[in-house]
Amino acid sequence: MTRETVLNAILALLLLALPFAANAAGEPFYVTLATRMAVLALAAAGLNLALGFGGLVSFGHAAFFGIGGYAAGILAAHAFNAEPLLSWPFEIGGSDQMPVIWLVAALACGLVALPIGAISLRTSGVYFIMITLAFAQMIFYFAISWPSYGGQDGLSITLRNGFPGLNTMAPTSFFLVCYGLLMAALLLSWRLRDSRFGAALQAARQNEARVAAVGIDPLKIRLAAFTISAMITGVAGALFADLTRFVSPSMLSWQMSGELIVLIILGGTGRLFGPVAGAILFVMLEFVLGGMTDRWQFFLGLILLGVVLFARGGVVGLIAGRPRHG
Amino acid sequence: MAEPVLDISHLSKSFGALKATDDVSLDLRPGEIHALIGPNGAGKTTLMQQISGILKPSAGAIRFLGEDIGGLGVAERARRGLGRTFQISSLTPEFSALRNVMLAVQARQGTSFRFLGNVMKDDSLTGPAMQALERTGLAGRAGVTAAELSHGERRQLEIAIALALGSKAFLLDEPMAGMDPEGAKALTGFLDGLRAEAPILLVEHDMDAVFALADRVTVLVYGRVIASGSVADIRGDAAVRAAYLGEPQ
Repeated sequence: MTRETVLNAILALLLLALPFAANAAGEPFYVTLATRMAVLALAAAGLNLALGFGGLVSFGHAAFFGIGGYAAGILAAHAFNAEPLLSWPFEIGGSDQMPVIWLVAALACGLVALPIGAISLRTSGVYFIMITLAFAQMIFYFAISWPSYGGQDGLSITLRNGFPGLNTMAPTSFFLVCYGLLMAALLLSWRLRDSRFGAALQAARQNEARVAAVGIDPLKIRLAAFTISAMITGVAGALFADLTRFVSPSMLSWQMSGELIVLIILGGTGRLFGPVAGAILFVMLEFVLGGMTDRWQFFLGLILLGVVLFARGGVVGLIAGRPRHG
Repeated sequence: MAEPVLDISHLSKSFGALKATDDVSLDLRPGEIHALIGPNGAGKTTLMQQISGILKPSAGAIRFLGEDIGGLGVAERARRGLGRTFQISSLTPEFSALRNVMLAVQARQGTSFRFLGNVMKDDSLTGPAMQALERTGLAGRAGVTAAELSHGERRQLEIAIALALGSKAFLLDEPMAGMDPEGAKALTGFLDGLRAEAPILLVEHDMDAVFALADRVTVLVYGRVIASGSVADIRGDAAVRAAYLGEPQ
């Protein structure tokens, strides 16, 4: 077992143990904190596929996070008011069931990511960063100016959506749902990384000309990665909406996109559990420093600076060393 | 005469007022090594880039295996069997030598959209990749990352990748560049045998290698073909001696 495997196992167990320890200590608030870690880790795990493995610095993943959130909010609102989403040519109702919502969130994000990716992946570097940001901002302003679903006030979810056989209003049950999805996404990322597709994606990050010269079209590989990445982040958005029982355009903001990138850099870019380490650290800092000062992001900035200057591999890189490729 | 594998006719490429390629015609026939020589800045690499699809010619046609490939991208040309090596080694630095070649194997199989299954445990990838490494004498270095290979070894790895692609024609851009004399000699021997597998268009500055290997030589100066023929023809050509070998006419 490599050091990284051990570290990954520790991180997975640590996050799993946190809500149970919180309950045992009679501090149920920490369960919500752990759920926040799991959901943000899931969103960042999605981004990590594009950014970490593919080297695609998307500064617009809040678009997918927000679309997932609105999918949950809109479906729940229609289900709650018993109003159909669509009444012609056939009737489609809302839903308050998480599996349905996740599916809709993932599909919606996939459908949006395909054209965004097809256009923005023709550029690279700073241009790619800016064009993904531009698309996300378009969706942000659309949400603000769309009054049917709350406009800039956002949309409340009266009752947290359900999951068959579970009482999702119980914080620990909802945590386990989020944790389960996070682990599933990490399992998928792991299999993808070591697959032929993953080999082509990582090779395209290292040397695009080489990949094209052996006859693999880097654009197609990247578009697939970008789309899968967006779908995972979208499901995380749906969970985030259920966690806070509220969706607002702030989920679509560029600050949110930046936060996801920060999570990955803190945890370790392109490392399987980088997003988990990053999310745990980020939420802890937000909670601890945020409790001490309103200017906690100043200190986050200092820490980020430290990581970028002295620990390029983030937390995982610092503890487990450089990544190993076969 | 056998149908040429690669047939370039009246190719031109201008960058503004500069004619980097000026009405170049040449072909590559089965089983031969066709060397492309010329002083620095003669447009050899520019020509190679047009053949492999990185640059779009301003005029002219490129036919490969009887089909016009002028409108195709780099990846599609590679899939059809144009295997190129780069003048400056172009590899995936974080991957081991083996994984660099495995990428070519999966590209040849057209299986890059398989999302599951660990590549390192896949004999259909590691087997052919190992074979290509053995043929180029790199088998002992399979696990070393491309970044840690020596310069000469990276040149060999480029060739191993072209081999693994099952190329129907090789475009080798200065494969000997920067190699020590022994390495260059070994590579010369290897290329000599390789032509039986697929013809080679060879850009090379090492004249010993060119004269030892080439069936035909084309000389490029300022983007124009000034001479083309057998090694003996070229050696005796006054214009070539003047322009390239630096002797007075």
